[in-house]
Amino acid sequence: MGASSLIVLIIAAIAFSGIAMLVSKIVLKATKNKQKGETYECGVPTRGPSWVQFNVGYYLFALIFLIFDVELIFLYPWAVVAKSMGWLAFVEIVIFFFILFIGFLYAHKKGALKWI
Amino acid sequence: MPSLENIADIIHTWLNITFNSTTALLIELVIVAVSAIGLFSMLGLILIMMERKVSAYMQVRLGPNRVGPKGMFQTVADTLKLMVKEGMTPNGADKFLFNLAPFIVMIVAMVILAPLAFAKNFQLWDLNIGILFVASVSSVSVIGILMAGWASNNKYSLLGAMRSGAQIVSYELSAGLSIITIVILTGSLKISTIIQSQSDGWWIFKGHIPALIAFVIFIIAVTAETNRAPFDLAEAESELTAGFHTEYSGMKFALFFLAEYVNIFIVCVLGATLFLGGWMPLHFGTDTRFNELMDYIPSSLWLFGKTFFLIFIIMWFRWTFPRLRIDQLLNLEWKYLLPISMFNLLLTTLMAIMGWHF
Repeated sequence: MGASSLIVLIIAAIAFSGIAMLVSKIVLKATKNKQKGETYECGVPTRGPSWVQFNVGYYLFALIFLIFDVELIFLYPWAVVAKSMGWLAFVEIVIFFFILFIGFLYAHKKGALKWI
Repeated sequence: MPSLENIADIIHTWLNITFNSTTALLIELVIVAVSAIGLFSMLGLILIMMERKVSAYMQVRLGPNRVGPKGMFQTVADTLKLMVKEGMTPNGADKFLFNLAPFIVMIVAMVILAPLAFAKNFQLWDLNIGILFVASVSSVSVIGILMAGWASNNKYSLLGAMRSGAQIVSYELSAGLSIITIVILTGSLKISTIIQSQSDGWWIFKGHIPALIAFVIFIIAVTAETNRAPFDLAEAESELTAGFHTEYSGMKFALFFLAEYVNIFIVCVLGATLFLGGWMPLHFGTDTRFNELMDYIPSSLWLFGKTFFLIFIIMWFRWTFPRLRIDQLLNLEWKYLLPISMFNLLLTTLMAIMGWHF
């Protein structure tokens, strides 16, 4: 089948979602109402905007994730050849993890992994 | 014996005899699209039904039992109800992104189907970096979730989306590391090669303790990645109403819901492929009589059996463990699972080099 299946699947997903929304739009009769489009809250009107500055904790975790995710991408090609390379691969990964672990310990010591 | 492979072959040859090659290819593409949509709808119906029945029996109640025999058509009725509900967009929302988000989540869920092997020689695209493809495409879905939460202009949605994002990206690491342990043992990223390498025993049996640890970590990580209980604090009903899809209603909500269940199915197929041998029947070394007996069961049944077993385990979690707090959740990943899986990776490398596995 090959790469063309990707395009077909994307089209299928768009068609599936689109048709589902379209059918419900055709079937129902939408009524207009002043309160209808308001933001969902516990019964009272919402106060202030929702697009505000946010807890920095999420950002710190995203940054650490970025470091480790790049590491993960380096590991994929290494993992494919690890078995055939033998001891050289093992020594390499120990050094790699050692450097990474020092960075991890640093982040831990700085309190980046602590939830505020 | 009728298997999925044979059916696909028969259709392929019949189309090529009847039409010229271009028309046959086009018709095949249409069949692929229709069967992918069919698989999605069937999965939605079956998994939601299964979830409700499993929950019901775990709490010693009957569950839905009015619509159809044993309540089989309850989900159909629910879908019909959702279809006549209005999928409205709130006034304050970013209209374009709000409506784009369900499409992105659905596209991601569907594109991952391409490299998965559902039966023997039954695969849409057996590309040589299959596992990497699945890992990379599945991480796009977090964009859809963040988009939905941010565009809703609702505080519940924003909080839910942020939590969800932090959780998904964190647990992706240990899921990725446990995938890599199997890649080390097989030395290939191609899904068909990974399954072939398990023809004399699944990795969970062959790989000794490291494979077992990797399997446990994988199950925990994918439970968190699909936002399932006990890691469902992204949509903790009691505090955030519904998390990132609070503002969604009607069919748009149904699409998010469907994508969530399809994602569970996909990660369970992946777990079955990596650790439990995919469509490979249960084989024991040299016991040929036993092996031949197991070969009689069609390969698609093996895959779906393993997948639904894993799905059952994930549903079981929900009624066993209480929900975690966000700091506990992040601690579990960063202070326990990640160091353990890194150490486990070293152990696996040592084992693969020394040839200690079978």
